[in-house]
Amino acid sequence: MRELSLHILDIVQNSISAKADTITVEISEDLEADELKITVSDNGCGMDEETLARVNGTFATSRTTRKIGMGIALFRAAAELAEGYLTLESEKGKGTVTTAVFKHSSIDRMPLGDISGTMMLISAKAADFDLIYRHVWNGNEFVFSTRDIKEVIEDTPIDSPEVLTYIHDYIHENLNELFGGERDEIS
Amino acid sequence: MKSLEELRAIKERMKASVNDRNENSDKVRVVIGMATCGIAAGARPVMTAFLDEISKRGLENVTVSQTGCIGMCKLEPLVDVYMPGEEKVTYIKMTPEKAVRVVNDHIVNKNIVSEYTIGSAE
Repeated sequence: MRELSLHILDIVQNSISAKADTITVEISEDLEADELKITVSDNGCGMDEETLARVNGTFATSRTTRKIGMGIALFRAAAELAEGYLTLESEKGKGTVTTAVFKHSSIDRMPLGDISGTMMLISAKAADFDLIYRHVWNGNEFVFSTRDIKEVIEDTPIDSPEVLTYIHDYIHENLNELFGGERDEIS
Repeated sequence: MKSLEELRAIKERMKASVNDRNENSDKVRVVIGMATCGIAAGARPVMTAFLDEISKRGLENVTVSQTGCIGMCKLEPLVDVYMPGEEKVTYIKMTPEKAVRVVNDHIVNKNIVSEYTIGSAE
């Protein structure tokens, strides 16, 4: 993976598989504290302690559980490379929270990349759940929710190409506004 | 700035076109592998390119969806195209540029782009 947004796309698939009906992605950037934090939380089926321990293990252990695969291990590697860490909290029947923390200025921190593209692709699957995306940049925030989109489009499918293109451009424009202009690392 | 008005207009347009069309009989389906392997190989920009080209051309009978890993990770990004009444065609090692060509040649003009298909791999 070359972008943090690709990891987000990957991790959110876990929440979708867990049959969550609300998935929240929060990206919080605090330049003063030199920290970038990505949180993916869902109210899906969650994991028991044994499963959680296995997912928290290394590549080798995650391989025995085909269902989980390498997504978490790769995301953790990306965080640790950038002087950060990854935590997983989960409770059976309640949901799962994945948190990855990065040193914002670390030379080894991957760029955020095409966040709007990632959110668009998650929205494409959001017929059965809602995506809430919150981006905090130095105290200011932008919030996107598929609920608002669904309210407007009513029974038009959210995965129609035109609706998705709209979502992409909408998020892209609002992020540029949040950051006060184009940012190199957001393509 | 994008406004909700714009989204409302899209909805109205879609609604009108759905009423014109007999249900599902002429649907084209594009399915993109979007598991860890596909994502790492570049499936996201491929899907974005499909969506862009399809909405640019106003193709209303095409759906684009995502699927998991089918076990051919080294050939990712993989894309299946289902034309109505025809066998599915699997494209391998896709890029955004190839995606635009598949929309134009295969979906619009009904000519399979054989050099991108899995059959051409070996």
